Amino acid sequence: MERRHLTRDARRSREFEAFVAGAGGRLLHTATLLTGESRDDNPRACRLLTLSLAHTYACWDRLRGEDPYGVARQELATRFARSVWHRYGGPGALGRGRPHPDGPLARLSPRERLVLVLRLYEGVAEEQTAALLGLPRERVEAICARATATLLDRPRETAPAVPGAKAVAR
Amino acid sequence: MNRVRREVAARQVMEAAPPPRVPPELYPEIVRRGERLLWRHRVAVRLMWLVLCAAAVAFTVWALTAHPWVEPPSETTPPLTGW
Repeated sequence: MERRHLTRDARRSREFEAFVAGAGGRLLHTATLLTGESRDDNPRACRLLTLSLAHTYACWDRLRGEDPYGVARQELATRFARSVWHRYGGPGALGRGRPHPDGPLARLSPRERLVLVLRLYEGVAEEQTAALLGLPRERVEAICARATATLLDRPRETAPAVPGAKAVAR
Repeated sequence: MNRVRREVAARQVMEAAPPPRVPPELYPEIVRRGERLLWRHRVAVRLMWLVLCAAAVAFTVWALTAHPWVEPPSETTPPLTGW
């Protein structure tokens, strides 16, 4: 009995280490996009990733063929959604945890970031995203379209400056 | 721009930066927290089984002492006297 426990622990730690080595970078990128932090300064994303992967580690023996990446991603998303709820919903939380201005998604709201990252970066289907976040499918579609528009409008604000300047110089 | 092209463009914005490097001190912390969660889960499961077994034993002992399946003697009929 004790020996079986030991071999199971050894197998779990071996498999989990390989999983983190393979998927850790991508999951951290996802977490960094969610928190809106910059690539090199992402303490919130690191903490989010640590907690989600600890949960994945704890249910590793109970996965029964389920994809560990999917489990970790789902935990990441729900944990982020909950932390946003506490951060922005609670009194005295105003102004705290604003996204870092360097991140590519820093201009979006937390919910827009969550939907955009799940739908487009992670490629989760619309129905699954809706079920995960507890929103109607149409709402997810609308948030995704709005977030995409906000994200892509940014270059248009800065880009015309260059041709405009050229025209003036000419 | 149609929807598909916008989505492709948005995906490219998100994938533009290479994935950040995972700090090496993160892994031991993950395993430490994971082990703690696992231990808590095991304790909870053990406690649940313990409560379940205790309830089963208590019920058996009560049943054997109280005999709830035996019909209690009737108390509504007046006592038969004087015939």
